[in-house]
Amino acid sequence: MKHEIVEKNLGLMIVLIVLTISGGFLAEVVPLFFLKETNEPVEGLEPLSALELEGRDIYIREGCHVCHTQQIRPFRAETERYGHYSVAGEFVYDRPFLWGSKRTGPDLARVGGRYSDAWQRQHLYDPRSVVPESNMPAFPWLFEDRVDHTKTAAKMETLQTLGVPYTDEQIAEASAQVEGKFEIEALVAYLQQLGTVISDKR
Amino acid sequence: MSTFWSIWISVIVLGTVFGCWWLLWATRKSQTTDTETDRTMGHSFDGIEEYDNPLPKWWFYLFLATCVFALGYLALYPGLGNWKGLLGWTAVNQWEAEVAEAEEKYGEIYAQYGQTPVPELAENDDAMKIGQRLFANNCAVCHGSAARGQVGFPNLTDDDWLWGGTPEAILETLHNGRMGNMPAKGTMPGMTNEQVDQVVNYVLSFSGREKDAEAAKAGEQVFAQACVACHGPEGKGMQAMGAPNLTDNTWLYGSTYEWIKETVMNGRQNQMPAQDRLLSDDQIQILAAYVYSLSN
Repeated sequence: MKHEIVEKNLGLMIVLIVLTISGGFLAEVVPLFFLKETNEPVEGLEPLSALELEGRDIYIREGCHVCHTQQIRPFRAETERYGHYSVAGEFVYDRPFLWGSKRTGPDLARVGGRYSDAWQRQHLYDPRSVVPESNMPAFPWLFEDRVDHTKTAAKMETLQTLGVPYTDEQIAEASAQVEGKFEIEALVAYLQQLGTVISDKR
Repeated sequence: MSTFWSIWISVIVLGTVFGCWWLLWATRKSQTTDTETDRTMGHSFDGIEEYDNPLPKWWFYLFLATCVFALGYLALYPGLGNWKGLLGWTAVNQWEAEVAEAEEKYGEIYAQYGQTPVPELAENDDAMKIGQRLFANNCAVCHGSAARGQVGFPNLTDDDWLWGGTPEAILETLHNGRMGNMPAKGTMPGMTNEQVDQVVNYVLSFSGREKDAEAAKAGEQVFAQACVACHGPEGKGMQAMGAPNLTDNTWLYGSTYEWIKETVMNGRQNQMPAQDRLLSDDQIQILAAYVYSLSN
């Protein structure tokens, strides 16, 4: 075969390029959509409550995932510091997942329960007041702004159609549960549940 | 993984490797059967022609070598569906091996420290080096790297204890955490603003700093009603409840009139998170000894 044939037939070239670049996706990604290990929740995993879900959206809005990962790799150095390595079943209700890709700050996959609520609030209000060498930005507006409760139910309905097992009851109560709450309450509620399903001593 | 997906993955992966091999082989230009017409691409722009030389041999064989490498890799490591690889490697057993290696190296040392009573362990310099690192990793975020604490997070170096400074009390604090809760206006929800002012003055008078002596005097009554249940009749606190001594000069939340007023008005909630879920018993023993050593 001559390379010339490929180079001079645009249609054929397109087909071959598509074939080539989809190979990795078809072999590495597509099977994961159907595997038990990646689709079954770990034991005890519950969907986020309305308040935690709003907290998660604030986490996304403020870009926390840009500097914090939520994925502990199976290396001793990481499990000693953060706890049990992350497993796929912990993230089946995470849409989208927030694994992140860069650790400017520490991993948060199991930060739930590590520090008190008071510490979390203090740290988010003024990080350097508790960690002098921190370069994390402060988020004082979270203490002034209230959670937008009008869209909570709609968000949960959307997740329900994606397979997150919210009950209709939970959705009906959602708006009332978050109304009037400050954003900081939602974010701290979200942080305090992170990674608490699997607990393992370091 | 089901057989279908296993075959699916294997076919695509091997197909890609052999496809690359075939593509390289099928489109190569032989260097030995080179003829005159093969030498240029066969087109000319303003008299400029383009050579059509074959790829240098080393380069061509390097491409082929990548295919061979891929096959070798796929034989050794799990890359083809259910094929486990000749080495039997998995991310988890690599981690387990790392942990087992560390356990072999440090396990005995930790176990030995874990059995040592706290006061004795606090005298052990090697154990305290470990303790310092454990403290830096797990405790310094709240209590500070020098363990001096800050507003809302107790100083651990001053021998003034909210929940007790005996080895047993420190171990209990570390293992199970502590939940401090001062209700707003103590046990007297109906406290008026005037009474708040009086009781704050009374509390300040313990350290001779009252603003208004008369109010302080009147505050004694309020204190008896609202505060003694936890802080005791003399304001000396009660470690069983984590109620601080108000007569020493150590303040968790600031010692000024404004700070104390804020505390009385709104109460204080504070929590030391339990470490039982996070650290091994041996590590907690070492940490308890380290904290103990800071003030003993």
